[in-house]
Amino acid sequence: MQDILSISQELSRGLFVTISILIASSLFAYLMGFISGLLRLSKHTVIRKFTGLYIELFRGTSLIVQLFWLYYAIPMLFGINLGSNWIIGVIAIGLNYGAYLSEVVRGSVEAVDDGQTEAAIALNLSSFQKMRYIILPQAVRMMLPEFGNYTIQMLKGTALVSLISLNDILYYGNILRSSNLSQAPLIYLVILIFYFVLALPLIFLTRKAEDISKKGVAN
Amino acid sequence: MNYWSFERFFEAWPYILKGLHITVGVTISAFLFALFFGLVWTFLRRIPERHINWIVTWVMEFIRSTPPLVQLFFIYYAWPEIPIVGVTLSPFASAVVGFGIHFSTYIGEIYRSGIESVENGQWEAATALNFSLLDKWRLIILPQAFPPTIPMLGNYFIIMFKEVPLASTIGLTGILHMANSFGSEHFNLIEALTIVGIIFLVLSYPSARLIKKLEVKLNTRFDKNRVIEPIE
Repeated sequence: MQDILSISQELSRGLFVTISILIASSLFAYLMGFISGLLRLSKHTVIRKFTGLYIELFRGTSLIVQLFWLYYAIPMLFGINLGSNWIIGVIAIGLNYGAYLSEVVRGSVEAVDDGQTEAAIALNLSSFQKMRYIILPQAVRMMLPEFGNYTIQMLKGTALVSLISLNDILYYGNILRSSNLSQAPLIYLVILIFYFVLALPLIFLTRKAEDISKKGVAN
Repeated sequence: MNYWSFERFFEAWPYILKGLHITVGVTISAFLFALFFGLVWTFLRRIPERHINWIVTWVMEFIRSTPPLVQLFFIYYAWPEIPIVGVTLSPFASAVVGFGIHFSTYIGEIYRSGIESVENGQWEAATALNFSLLDKWRLIILPQAFPPTIPMLGNYFIIMFKEVPLASTIGLTGILHMANSFGSEHFNLIEALTIVGIIFLVLSYPSARLIKKLEVKLNTRFDKNRVIEPIE
């Protein structure tokens, strides 16, 4: 018991990094998801193709490869050092899951009944008004459960930032393990429980989102 | 020193490709493991006892919502330290068991969705025709439940393939590991990492397209609009 407490105390030093990366990268991913999801529906072929390239690039390769790549490439390509691995972690996770979320956004917008678009045209709404007042309010409801699921995936993804030497939960856990090998089972079990506790609110929110998305919809 | 060099880029290809069979090997073995273990979860969840059902559901949720990276570390570093049941596994075996267990929880859900998609009338018909339990599953339920799950299983195969490089952290000598060691020998990782990205893209993008085609084909054949998007 004493061990569990001291392990938890040590691990909780990494909570701030894990949570702040989760929040920042999920906001970034939601933004990217909406932008690229809507651009994917653009009338202009060039915009559609270009967005498609971004989506397929990030969906086709692994998060860990992207994280490492950006970690080495950003300072090289731009000749600048961002000065913080935190930003690199947020960019990598955000871009990766933004690509997945864009497919959710696109799918939901496309799933809104055609009659709604026709009604908007009949009412002489501009295409912005159509999106803002007719399509998105219906589409966002459908997206909610998937956004919840992907946020849980992002929480799992944040564990990777320990590999670019950010001091998250796993980082402190690995340090503990290296100084006390025989305690490894307990240490990793507590780490897993830490992540699970962080995931719990997300799990419940996702279930709630599923209820919301089902409510009042025929079929 | 820190700039892109095509010389290094071409030099790195054969070196990195030496790790490809390991990456693919782990993916296939872990997928087979997950296919089998997913079956176990599905059976456990069908036990008509509330408490058991509750426990199984939450154990699955626990495995699914914690990072596979930590689970790999647990299996590789922590398992050998557990008294009595502890065994030391090679990086290859650890990766197969780790990814296999992690993804079995997703695959179990896919099986379940397949079984639940079979209409009530079919179950009732099987009972009405006095089919035995075995015949009911073999002749009525499974032939209808399985085909629609094939594209979803395929998607998870690709997702797993993209997760396997995580195992380079426990010393699995797949492509990412080879890229890292090439990079540190030549003091620059960027070309090697780009190659790893290209390899993943070249292998996963066409397979994803193929599965999409299969999905459309199966959907028209079974005429059900219940395409479930996989969560990564």
